[in-house]
Amino acid sequence: MRPEVVAAMMPVFTEHFGNASSIHWFGQHAKSLIDDARQHVAKLINAEAGEIVFLSGGTEADNLAIRGIAESQKSKGRHIISSQIEHHAVLHTCKDLEKQGFEITWLPVSRDGLVNPENVRGAIRKDTILISIMHANNEIGTIQPIAEIGRIAAEADIYFHSDGVQSTGKIPVNVKDLGIDLYSMSAHKIHGPKGVGALFVKKATTLKPIMTGGGHERNRRSGTENVAGIVGFGEAARLARLELMQEMLRVRELRDRLEAGLKSQIEFIHVNGENAPRLPNTSNIMVDYAEGEGLVISLDLKGVAVSTGSACSSGSLEPSHVLTAIGKTPDEAHGSLRFSLSTMTASEDIDFVVEVLPGIVARLRELSPYYKGNSGSDH
Amino acid sequence: MGYSEKLLDYFQNPRCVGEIPDADAVAEVSNPVCGDVMKLWVKVGDGRIQDAKFKAQGCSAAIATSSYATEMLVGMNVADARLITRDQIAEALGGLPASKIHCSVLASDAIKEALKGF
Repeated sequence: MRPEVVAAMMPVFTEHFGNASSIHWFGQHAKSLIDDARQHVAKLINAEAGEIVFLSGGTEADNLAIRGIAESQKSKGRHIISSQIEHHAVLHTCKDLEKQGFEITWLPVSRDGLVNPENVRGAIRKDTILISIMHANNEIGTIQPIAEIGRIAAEADIYFHSDGVQSTGKIPVNVKDLGIDLYSMSAHKIHGPKGVGALFVKKATTLKPIMTGGGHERNRRSGTENVAGIVGFGEAARLARLELMQEMLRVRELRDRLEAGLKSQIEFIHVNGENAPRLPNTSNIMVDYAEGEGLVISLDLKGVAVSTGSACSSGSLEPSHVLTAIGKTPDEAHGSLRFSLSTMTASEDIDFVVEVLPGIVARLRELSPYYKGNSGSDH
Repeated sequence: MGYSEKLLDYFQNPRCVGEIPDADAVAEVSNPVCGDVMKLWVKVGDGRIQDAKFKAQGCSAAIATSSYATEMLVGMNVADARLITRDQIAEALGGLPASKIHCSVLASDAIKEALKGF
């Protein structure tokens, strides 16, 4: 978390501990803090404050959007359009709806990791009630043609949800221009606290709540507000908006330097989604003849924290569904590394990775029976 | 990940890495679960394993267990070596996290495969 975020949250624990639903001063003060945070989050995506629903995070936002529309629209139809590279919060929610009798069209993506808007148009049926396509992919960072998909959805008068957890605060987002009806956000992705997020719900959208109770958040999400978390989210959103353009350019330059540095020193590496528009802070690199978990552990021992799409690192032992969808074999996904940069990444951090990773890769390749004409190579 | 110091040591400084050009047997096995691979070269004489070397492409647990098992092999008689189990290898390295138990299978499979003909 950013220190400014922690500083904004602290007084909420110690002084402003009122319940925002109470009518006494403490309660009303907490309510005004939430209202301020709502303004900040709304401004970050050019929404109205009244269109922001605070909840527990990106996963709940995706669940509320998808289940909320499915439940409210099921008398009109039971068909949903989504993509093969969605976050598990969308993927598994839609799969759950499939079991309840909804039909999902899972659109493929190009080798660069992009959904083709024409495929969205082609998938629309009379009974389609929702299109859910993420704004930017969490593993490879590719930015989907959301504005075009938004136009197609509006023409067909179908609700359009986009998971914006990765893109919020990283690139300019204007939900009005993009034609989005529902947009998922998460605080911790912009250096806010974990356990808080928001769903943008465009005015006049009919959404059945998944949390029922005291009717908080204009009946969209019952449950006593996480005031400190929301205040932290608001501060993180305020800072993200303030620094967006400057940070976007700075981080992109660092990312490009990272990729260029690694490519110039390590043979047989590829950048996934390289030819597509990408988030400035994401780099997904595939290293042949080395395994991702071994790379992650080696980097971790040097103090660098990255992730991998290797089956060997996932509890499920399945290779990344995103890398599979862009046409990579399990063997290729095995050697993938994902670097996530942020406002907290410094130039020296990039230099350090470019300095240590080539040696790590060389060492692991020395151990590989397949590297460079070693016998048994059909890899 | 919850690896022991010993396992991390075998991952970072693996013993018995390499190939034996005049090996008596070579086994190449891959892990059906995650796709890791291990290749094992053994030199056998007088019913004993005179030398063993390995190469592996896989996660840290796969590399460490491969290295440890190969080191264990050297000097063992063939009958005893056949009895090496994945659990012995994993335990000797301080145990493996639940999701990584399958990694130690690679080395025990390679040993069985390499010693098949003896």
